[in-house]
Amino acid sequence: MWKTLLITNLFKGPYTDAPPSPSTEALAELVDKAARRRLGRSLAIREVDAGSCNGCELEIQAINNIYYDVERFGIRFVASPRHADVLLVTGPVTHNMREALIRTWHSVPDPKWVVAAGECACGGGVFAGSYAVAGRVEDFVPVDLHLSGCPPTPTHLLEGLLALLTVNT
Amino acid sequence: MTFPETLASWLRHDMGLIPVERHRPWSRFEVSEAQWWRLMEAMEVSRWSLLGLWAEPERVYLALRDDTDEDIAVVSLLCSEGRFPAVSVVRPAAQRLERAIHDLFGLEAVGLTDSRPWLDHGVWKGSRPLAAVPGPAVRRSYAFLPVEGEGLHQIPVGPVHAGIIEPGHFRFHANGEAVVRLEERLGYVHKGIEGLMQGRSVFDAARLAARISGDSTVAYGFAFARAVEAALGFEAPPRAVWLRALMAEMERLANHLGDIGSICNDAAFPVLLTRCHALREQVARTAVACFGHRLMMDRIVPGGVAVDLTPDGAERIRRLGTEIKGAFAIVMEIYDNRNSLLDRMVGTGVIGSHLVHRFGAGGFVGRAAMRDFDARRTPSYPPYDDLDFIVPVLEGGDVNARVGVRREEIKESLKLMAVILDRLPEGPVLEPVPGTGGEGMALVEGFRGEILVWVRLAADGTILRCHARDPSWFQWPLLEAAIEGNIVADFPLCNKSFNCSYSGHDL
Repeated sequence: MWKTLLITNLFKGPYTDAPPSPSTEALAELVDKAARRRLGRSLAIREVDAGSCNGCELEIQAINNIYYDVERFGIRFVASPRHADVLLVTGPVTHNMREALIRTWHSVPDPKWVVAAGECACGGGVFAGSYAVAGRVEDFVPVDLHLSGCPPTPTHLLEGLLALLTVNT
Repeated sequence: MTFPETLASWLRHDMGLIPVERHRPWSRFEVSEAQWWRLMEAMEVSRWSLLGLWAEPERVYLALRDDTDEDIAVVSLLCSEGRFPAVSVVRPAAQRLERAIHDLFGLEAVGLTDSRPWLDHGVWKGSRPLAAVPGPAVRRSYAFLPVEGEGLHQIPVGPVHAGIIEPGHFRFHANGEAVVRLEERLGYVHKGIEGLMQGRSVFDAARLAARISGDSTVAYGFAFARAVEAALGFEAPPRAVWLRALMAEMERLANHLGDIGSICNDAAFPVLLTRCHALREQVARTAVACFGHRLMMDRIVPGGVAVDLTPDGAERIRRLGTEIKGAFAIVMEIYDNRNSLLDRMVGTGVIGSHLVHRFGAGGFVGRAAMRDFDARRTPSYPPYDDLDFIVPVLEGGDVNARVGVRREEIKESLKLMAVILDRLPEGPVLEPVPGTGGEGMALVEGFRGEILVWVRLAADGTILRCHARDPSWFQWPLLEAAIEGNIVADFPLCNKSFNCSYSGHDL
């Protein structure tokens, strides 16, 4: 079996897609914020679901798969906010998650970036106006970059994160 | 002792009840409080499993399934004094549902042993948000169940977890490495979806239904559309019915592939994570090419499906099926031949068949422990009533069995996708739904298990009330039982093998 795997993989070529370009839209949003912080050529991300439906999480997980392979760019997901440079937040912020989001943000050491991913994180999405929803991510923590989409596609996420990497180097 | 009668004959003959009008496809019976008490007594000695328990500002609804003849009925009670006899006394799985009903509607379940709030964490602007008269905000603290003994320590985990997953809190009491008790606290992603749906058109509400749990967006869209169509007495056009099933099987395939990869990763075997998630990505790419969305969100709507399969779609899906069949066989060959991997899987997180039956847990959690229930087969719905497929049922009840059920279901889904494509009828995919009122209920098998959706529509076709019950409601409590006596380090593995929904549960 290992022989089959070896032969298949030798002839199949790599799974990984060609790297996308940094999103120009995201670069434009980030340009005047970049002077404040430079973190070098790698970024550690802590993801926080502040009330999402789990759709955004699926697509964020997907950028770790071998087609998008986010780690080849020096971007990686970390388990603790204390190890992170970037807070990647999804979902409308529910009242029940508001405190956890703010406390996680405080746990990320400065300098730090916040990315709001998905329609809900950016503007509340279909859940805006509910008694249980406190608001958008930027109502509670300062957001540097907005990535729209319901959910944002892995390519869109990757282009946005590459823009963030570009302004940091 | 077994109860001699079926649910239907007990309700109709013993109780002398007549179903209310316009509740489809299963009957609803309005009972008095005394009759509700008698129902609880009858449930104590019957094989009627709990399908759902939900409320309106002044009424509670109980959906039951008779496991002997597979009949389904809904019973409702007007709570004139704001209370109803607790169902959790005879069906412990109802406990969290009753706590949620109290938090949302202020209706009290008399006899409920755990009166702590569940969805209301004491930070909302008011209490009882869905009651006729919402109450003032109540600040409360939450006490976890006490555990006593020498050398015990607590490990709080969450709501923000280490991985890219949803939020929830787990409170472990451990003795050294061994877990003595796990207690879950959920509700962090409660978005008030049922409240948002009220007064919306069925199409606006369908967009909300598709976002109850993003990984099951097709299944929720399917269940919501079927509930609305049942209420209106409408059948979707044949091609739409078959396309719905095609999408549902692709969603099941994608999620099971993702789960198997992630479970293996939590057993420190990342090579299968890489392989399975590559296959999952292939399903997502095929989905976007065929239906215009990677998760197939908002594709199923009341009246049919929003988009037809693209002209080259059938060929793409066939090719995907062939590729995954071959690649997945290699994955499972690796799985079966790695003793170090199987050592982590076999015998870990065992859940007994009695508990699975007692809680009425569906999906791979139930089927991995001998509970032979799949909504596609009974009560079934089109087009599954016209399809042959195997429902795998295993007896291990451990992580390995839950992987085993998924692997067999992947094979079945691949076969079903091919059969559906061969038999896909021609014709329209969407028809306008009539705007008359009514009540409808649907059970649709998502990848996690059966999803129940119940709707009550106004005469103008808007939503008066919609309730969606995720399969996770009856699976989360079993995770607490599964982890007992296991080591803390095996919790991610057990948790992933259940893969319960947070968003679907919290609503």
